[in-house]
Amino acid sequence: MTALITSSPRDASNAIYSHDIPAERPWSQVLKRGQTLRIVDSEGQQAVDALLYCAADPAERYSSQDTLRTQGSAYIELGTWLVSNKGRAMARITADSCGRHDSSAGCCSCESNAVRFGEATKYQHACRENFILELSKYGLTKRDIVANLNFFMNVPIDPDGKFTVVDGISAPGNHVDITMDMDVIFVISNCPQVNNPCNGFNPTPIRVMIWDQD
Amino acid sequence: MTSLETKREIADANRRRYEELRTAGQEAMPKALPAATALDGAPIAPGAIISSEEVPAGWYTIVRLRRGEALRIADPSGLSSVSMIGWREEDTSERINCADTVKVQWSAALSKGRVILSDMGRVLCSLIEDTSGAHDILVGGSTPASTSAAYGVTSRNTLENFVAGAAKIGLGVRDIPPCVTFFAPVSLDADGRFIWSQSRKRPGDFVDLRAEMNAILVLSNCAHPLDPARPSAARPVMLVRHRAVPAAADDPCRTGSPEAMRAFEFTDRLYA
Repeated sequence: MTALITSSPRDASNAIYSHDIPAERPWSQVLKRGQTLRIVDSEGQQAVDALLYCAADPAERYSSQDTLRTQGSAYIELGTWLVSNKGRAMARITADSCGRHDSSAGCCSCESNAVRFGEATKYQHACRENFILELSKYGLTKRDIVANLNFFMNVPIDPDGKFTVVDGISAPGNHVDITMDMDVIFVISNCPQVNNPCNGFNPTPIRVMIWDQD
Repeated sequence: MTSLETKREIADANRRRYEELRTAGQEAMPKALPAATALDGAPIAPGAIISSEEVPAGWYTIVRLRRGEALRIADPSGLSSVSMIGWREEDTSERINCADTVKVQWSAALSKGRVILSDMGRVLCSLIEDTSGAHDILVGGSTPASTSAAYGVTSRNTLENFVAGAAKIGLGVRDIPPCVTFFAPVSLDADGRFIWSQSRKRPGDFVDLRAEMNAILVLSNCAHPLDPARPSAARPVMLVRHRAVPAAADDPCRTGSPEAMRAFEFTDRLYA
């Protein structure tokens, strides 16, 4: 399949915010409607787990199944509308120099790592730990963690259902721009997973940048 | 600080383990899966039936299963689909997790011998019988938006059924996770677009889910959003709660993969 790829027209010098998220760490920010968040895979092959909540009513949140059903296909790409559990557009992918992102594999957790990779991996830092801690700042809990976006994560699904997390396809500096369609609590876990290829087995920092309305 | 060389050695070791696990999960596992149940197979002994219920088209029901009990979900007409979410009864913050279910089993194709996982690395339920093998875990159920887009008016739909069902056990919108839908033959083409395969639906298809933890399920009998048939085509489905053979050490769902064995072991510990 040929992925849609475009570099963002947005100029880094106009960004109102720029921040490097260290490897393995969470981040969140309330973004206004019309603002654009860029996530830069600074060193390449780094999965970025993300959740979106409606700032006015966090019971409305990103829904992977509504998003995939609405667009009729299984991957997040340039032009994809990110849809809430109430069927409303929350944001849209407005630039993407990588080409394909996942929304079916969920986030890593201590508990799922123990099942997948053996009990010794239970005591390794995981995205769900990041999400729980970051969401606690907004009064949200584990209940509120739904199937998330995995930017720069390559999870091809075969016609027979075979489902594999394979090596990331993003190169150093690849970026994705997400433009908000409502005020959103945007939550990121810079994925700490070292047991599969989503981070090239080596988690690295990422950069987030914000632009006001185009 | 770990030296660059040590980091590379750790990364290499992690990669080797991942490749071993992937080979075991994707290549050994599907061969070990049991064959689909025959349409006239797996009769439930009359003495094993605990209760049964017919759910009309468009409606939902709440089912509580004790660990070791099973639920037969049957589609007599071959025209229905049944969407399902569920929680662990003792702590409803633990719930069905579709993402972990596909990721851990290396497959988005649910069939006999597979399990449905909770978000806590435990088995919510196992597919101990399944005539169909055509279930959806990626697209989800119908919603007000999907029905109004498809039919011009909002009809009864799975999301609203889930909201109502969850409310009746004290839960809310925040507790509604992505769902699985039985008898919904969804697959992907090479471009990642979803395809509906009507020929994979048959009258009399059924699946038996054995609860591996005490579970509360909400089941919604609404047309899947990719089903081209109008909701008026839908028919009732039958649910039969019955006593099942427990997941012994050699149970095919338990022994299907190293991942399943670990998930069962972690589940057993809860009730040890």
